[in-house]
Amino acid sequence: MSRLQIIRPSAREKTVAQLYSDLARRGSVAPHGNCPLEQSAAFLKLCASQSCGKCVPCRVGLDQAAGIMERISEGRGELSDIDTLTRLAETIADSADCAIGSEAARSIGQCLKSFREDFLSHIEKGRCTAVFDSVPCRAACPAHVDIPGYIALVKAGRYADAVRVIRYDNPFPAACALVCEHPCELGCRRNMVDDAVNIRGVKRAAVDWAGDVPAPECLPSTGKRIAVVGGGPSGLTAAYYLQLMGHQVTLYEQRAKLGGMMRYGIPRYRLPDAYLDGDINVILSTGVEVHTGESITGEGYQKLQQDFDAVYLAIGAHSYKGLGVPGEEAGNVLSAVELLRAMGDGDKPDFTGKRVVVVGGGNVAMDCTRTAMRLGAASVKCVYRRRQSDMTALPAEVEAAIAEHCELVTMMAPVRVEKDANGNVAALIVQPQIPGGYDRGRPKPVKADKPEERIECDILIAAIGQVVDSEHFAQQGVPTKWGNIQSSTDCGVFQSEGVFAGGDCASGPSTVIRAVEAGKTAAANIDAYLGFHNILPQPVEIPPAASKVSGPCGRVELGERPAGERKGDFELAELNMSRQEAAQECSRCLRCDHYGFGSFRGGRNTKW
Amino acid sequence: MVNLTIDGRPVSVEPGTTILDAAKKVGVHIPTLCYLKELNEIAACRVCVVEVEGNEKLSAACNTAVEEGMAVHTSSPRALTARRTNVQLILSQHNVSCTTCVRGGNCSLQKAAEELNLLDMPFEKKPLPFRWDKSFPLLRDSSKCIQCLRCVNVCEKVQSLGVWAFNGTGRLSQVEVRGGANIRDINCALCGQCITHCPVGALSARDDTEKVRAAIADPEKLVVVQVAPAVRAAWGDAVGLPPELATERRMAAAIRSLGVDYVFDTNFTADLTIMEEGSELIERIKAGEKGPMFTSCCPGWVRFLKLEYPDMVRSLSTAKSPQQMFGAVAKSYYAKLLNVDPEKIFCVSVMPCSAKKYECDVKEVNDAAAKDVDVVLTTRELGRLLRGQGRDFSLLPEEDFDQPLGTASGAGVIFGATGGVMEAALRSAYFLLTGKNPDADAFSEIRSLEGWREYAFQIGQVKLRIAVASGLGNARKLVEALRSGEADYDFVEIMACPGGCAGGGGQPIRDGQELAGERGARLYTLDKANPLRFSHENPAVQALYKDYMEAPLSHRAHELLHTDQEKWAL
Repeated sequence: MSRLQIIRPSAREKTVAQLYSDLARRGSVAPHGNCPLEQSAAFLKLCASQSCGKCVPCRVGLDQAAGIMERISEGRGELSDIDTLTRLAETIADSADCAIGSEAARSIGQCLKSFREDFLSHIEKGRCTAVFDSVPCRAACPAHVDIPGYIALVKAGRYADAVRVIRYDNPFPAACALVCEHPCELGCRRNMVDDAVNIRGVKRAAVDWAGDVPAPECLPSTGKRIAVVGGGPSGLTAAYYLQLMGHQVTLYEQRAKLGGMMRYGIPRYRLPDAYLDGDINVILSTGVEVHTGESITGEGYQKLQQDFDAVYLAIGAHSYKGLGVPGEEAGNVLSAVELLRAMGDGDKPDFTGKRVVVVGGGNVAMDCTRTAMRLGAASVKCVYRRRQSDMTALPAEVEAAIAEHCELVTMMAPVRVEKDANGNVAALIVQPQIPGGYDRGRPKPVKADKPEERIECDILIAAIGQVVDSEHFAQQGVPTKWGNIQSSTDCGVFQSEGVFAGGDCASGPSTVIRAVEAGKTAAANIDAYLGFHNILPQPVEIPPAASKVSGPCGRVELGERPAGERKGDFELAELNMSRQEAAQECSRCLRCDHYGFGSFRGGRNTKW
Repeated sequence: MVNLTIDGRPVSVEPGTTILDAAKKVGVHIPTLCYLKELNEIAACRVCVVEVEGNEKLSAACNTAVEEGMAVHTSSPRALTARRTNVQLILSQHNVSCTTCVRGGNCSLQKAAEELNLLDMPFEKKPLPFRWDKSFPLLRDSSKCIQCLRCVNVCEKVQSLGVWAFNGTGRLSQVEVRGGANIRDINCALCGQCITHCPVGALSARDDTEKVRAAIADPEKLVVVQVAPAVRAAWGDAVGLPPELATERRMAAAIRSLGVDYVFDTNFTADLTIMEEGSELIERIKAGEKGPMFTSCCPGWVRFLKLEYPDMVRSLSTAKSPQQMFGAVAKSYYAKLLNVDPEKIFCVSVMPCSAKKYECDVKEVNDAAAKDVDVVLTTRELGRLLRGQGRDFSLLPEEDFDQPLGTASGAGVIFGATGGVMEAALRSAYFLLTGKNPDADAFSEIRSLEGWREYAFQIGQVKLRIAVASGLGNARKLVEALRSGEADYDFVEIMACPGGCAGGGGQPIRDGQELAGERGARLYTLDKANPLRFSHENPAVQALYKDYMEAPLSHRAHELLHTDQEKWAL
């Protein structure tokens, strides 16, 4: 026997490792709605299988915990099982010798906290209330777009029909083709096989190749009039569907142009005017009466309530948070909102030769960073107090910014702004941080034992969040909390008959697709509030699923124009797929509307 | 057209055709279990899987559309292995008790196992427990359920009631009464369509044959049997006789051979129903009453209306169903004729129906005795009683029904098909309104399997707007149209089961086949062959009025032949 051996993983070990990586992939798209008790019982069994077996709490306790969970899930549990499980979790957490036991116990504790209703339903009624989501992408899409449907249409070359199918649930196919954060892809069952279908990419293909697709006919006029305040994605979505349902919408927008944050937040190199205007023109073609450049204040709001049958507030979140550090009043310190709003109106500031610092780690920070680069900045630094992996910006946006030679300065918290003699910003003083304990899913930055650093700059942009400017409405009795208008999940504003609110102004800053969700929800509920039940027709027939389901196959990613080229202009940076790529990507769709639960329930029931 | 090959044979079919249907065209039978055309194409059992060249996975033949150039192999080794294993997996959850199962010998799972030569069972048996209130007319044995979900879809899509639901997820998912409710507390019409669409013995109607055997064995009891119209169109299936041998007169002989005292015909009281219901309709029209009158002979429909639209129950005709009229007549008029104590008469009713088992227990329809109808048997139970005789029924000479409650018109026999009650009523309404008979086939355009149809007939001075619907989903659409004002009729016939009683939930089952059309057609043939075509010309009915009931809607008729459905307990 040699003294030492080089370790090579055996086939057995490799396979087990593969099982865990399969599990991680499966876990990332765990079917929503499945019985939480059955799944946690299975999880605990897996945890127990990882025990070395030395210590009692882990070896015996995890097995017992899994058994109790399983018994309850099968409807054979008793109320006392909950107490036993609670005590067991505490004991394993407190007395297991290592993380194998204690971490599993922490999970049990989480289950006990959040599955209360399920425990009671299983124990007292012997039944599970879980409902399977048959088409996971559609369930994950806030607007519930029939994704397998339009992918099948793109595959068949029926691009205009694909756009029609998207518009049935979301009137911003073009805008979302470019900027949607695609929560649908997180749910895509294809993740179990290899990787999610590039759903947004397929949408881009549909939009680019469809040509002009007119809006459908409106239902006969109902004679009802609805005021929509705010011409962003939520207000325009509500207006579109209300018009289609036969109501007459009058929309008020305080800025010169429609689009809200899609125009005054998202830069043109991500969403060119042609795409945004294309969507908006179709929406307006349904007959929306538009008043741009008109702010609704307290008095105006009262009048809307008198003059209209219902009011939808979708004013967005267009105020901003300051850095909250000394010296931020210095010249050349501006907010992301100010910069991007000016860009939206075509007022490009000149950053030629300037050193720009952007503070923040979200998508807006990336938009400012990349915009600054395009405005001719000599250098752009993005200062963030956490790690790159903690950034809330889409990883692709961060990568694109880096490729365009923006510099990320992470683990640095702003301390103060240093001014020059003219009162303009000279530098941002930052304090290095280290990642600390977890708070709401990510480590909290903690002051490091390092001295402050000085980042010289000519322009300082704060991109650390927007807030809702709802004061006018609050004064008129619209309930607000931290500025957000208080409305329920049906978009009805509390204690306000006939008033609905949604989008960023109700949720706080969020995504386009969330705003669409709210606008659509409001439209449906305003229709119902007015005493109607208008179901819009969805006339497009979806091609049948192919018999062949493609085996593992790489996901096509959308390319971008070369970084060196694109960083000098505001033309669209992202490239469309080729026809070959689109065909392959569409074939990767598993057609969950047909295969699996979809053929029984929820597969093609798209009407809302 | 799409061109493909199935087991090497070329076939050309319409786009959208399934592999299953394309295979049928070239004589290849692919076994299925969960599949029901247009109702349950969910590919859940994975028994119909076939191999398609070039595809990594097997395809379910039942819901995969054909593609140009496809090469399908229906019984390749891979397909057969998967099919056999899947059937074994289904068997592992199935309480295999074929010898004592109501569907033994007529079970799609049994057939599949047999065809696949499954002689061993490698999997641990894990059937669910059987927990059910066995006194309810509808039984569900979860230990036999194979979760094919046909019942869920039939009840929801055809009957619009959604009594059954698929609950839970993963290995613990199962069919249950919606919301986990007790079946007695939910909107079950008791139509029995879930039973006739169940491929195995998980759903059945309560078996009451023992009560009948006991009555036959009891020398104190005078056992009187009535046979519903639609039973004669289907009883052959229950005893293995082809239609040409399964005549109604042979049926009468077969039932008599069980040792019962009298074999009568519900068609007789169908004629009586026309007299009462028809007179009621004409009274309502003459009184200028608004809104339609609904037929009341189908207890599934009555339950549906009570459960779903209780405010419309008063639109039902107050006439009892032919079954209950028969019970009332048997235990009053006929008891008097025979001079026996009505309580000694044991009245057995053979029905194509499961809801009739409920109806006979409703307090408000028992007016002549403690129970006017003592026991209701389905056509399937009749078959089970008859099969127990061990006879070759094809050799049994035909016999007549007993008299006088065995005389009936052709108008009575068509009660068993959708539109039949309406047609019979129109034949007599014509007479009542004009004083003369129409051509017996004057209203034959009503004969159709369309779910909801409407007609207008000018009869004398009266323009009669009528509608006929079968299947409760169609009934719901019709009722909703009436409520919204989109439709307006004078008289509406509704049968809970698609196609009427011929397709009833108590009829013999041929899995996967909708038999209402074929069975209903037999009833129309019997009508045509009957020299009596009008209910009002039935001499036995005329005698009943003359000697006992006086006239339609008389005081006695009201006491014995009418009811108040609003008072019925559910």
